Amino acid sequence: MQLIKQVKYLVKKELVLEWRSKYALNGVLLYVVSTIFVCFLSFVGLSHPVTWNALFWIIMLFASLNAVAKSFLQESRGRQIYIYTIASPLALIISKTLYNILLMEVLTLIALFFYIVVFDYIPQDLGLYIVATILGSLSFSTIFTMISAIASKAGNGGMLMAILSFPVIIPVLIVLIKLTKNAIDGLDRSVSLDEIGLLLVINVLVGAVSLLLFPYLWRD
Amino acid sequence: MYKNWWKILGAILVVYSTIWGFLSAVPALPILHESIRNLYFHVPMWFGMIVLFSISVFYSVKYLSSNDPEHDIKAVESINVGVVYGVLGIVTGAIWARFTWGQAWSFDVKQNFAAIALLLYFAYLVLRNAIDEEQKRAKISAIYNIFAFPIMVVLLFVLPRLADSLHPGNGGNPGFNAYDLDSRMRMVFYPACLGWILIGCWIYNVRFRVRKLEKNNTI
Repeated sequence: MQLIKQVKYLVKKELVLEWRSKYALNGVLLYVVSTIFVCFLSFVGLSHPVTWNALFWIIMLFASLNAVAKSFLQESRGRQIYIYTIASPLALIISKTLYNILLMEVLTLIALFFYIVVFDYIPQDLGLYIVATILGSLSFSTIFTMISAIASKAGNGGMLMAILSFPVIIPVLIVLIKLTKNAIDGLDRSVSLDEIGLLLVINVLVGAVSLLLFPYLWRD
Repeated sequence: MYKNWWKILGAILVVYSTIWGFLSAVPALPILHESIRNLYFHVPMWFGMIVLFSISVFYSVKYLSSNDPEHDIKAVESINVGVVYGVLGIVTGAIWARFTWGQAWSFDVKQNFAAIALLLYFAYLVLRNAIDEEQKRAKISAIYNIFAFPIMVVLLFVLPRLADSLHPGNGGNPGFNAYDLDSRMRMVFYPACLGWILIGCWIYNVRFRVRKLEKNNTI
């Protein structure tokens, strides 16, 4: 009960902080939009749906890396110690993950909408594609939140974050690209159940491992 | 002597499997021909790597509960040896692929995923170099090691099952044991696996003891 209350407060704190500055959402949104625009200007329309799909995931990979990386890297040491004294580490990692999931879902859906509009291409099975992007941003946020905690404790931010997270995210990315390829080809949805299941399993696995390990990481 | 029997066993098995692997008769198969003998070297590397990485995760978990620096040295040294095994596995695989599939890097799923799994452990080693403070380095790298292990399992054992591979036992190819791992090859293959695993543990053991001595001397 105590845990749920703490999680609620911490998520609220993140949301209020975000609402005051509106830095993360606007910043990352601008990042995504300008990247999509740069891609559009350099490719001038993609003839092949497979390229369209790959490009979308590459853009989302870097956008989410930037969006989630700040969750731990940006907090000052003083604030970290303050949170350490008032909340349990479990509450902290759960609230950070929840907030990142929320942020990434909003961001990814806006980005997908913009991407579809700019490139003027709609996947055959749009419903499945949206399910895939939701699952994708879910996995990105769970994995990157934990890695950003590790990178922030290690002390030198961005570079380490990329090195540590890419090998971990590649399996997820491969499954995602396969799943979205099915959506683009408009295959029957029952074909994609394996991939959806695997993504959920990876998420549960990563979530469980993060919950187990974070308390050790947080205690300095 | 009673403590070292496994080292002698490992050495004997590796020597035996190397000599007998080249001398014994093998089934004559199309495409593979004599290169089938690479089975005695390529596959044991992967078994050895997985055993060494498992040892390392075991000691990382132990480190988190005990904070004993010895466990940290054990974890990192078994990863060092495991990474060497993994690189050797990829090299032997690439040579084999060159002569059977036509290309050293055939963009086979298992090749790709094995390379990514090795990247995970290279990232682990880079992470260690990035942190100066000893205890902090031990703790954070232990956490990353435990975090990476399930991902490695997914990469090596789950994802290749979902795609077609040129390796035996995937994508409609019959597994090795289905047609050509006859009893003659088994006589060499199983000892080779055990021998290389034991040799890997021995190297790790020696490296760990050297590190421990170095550490004691500096203090």
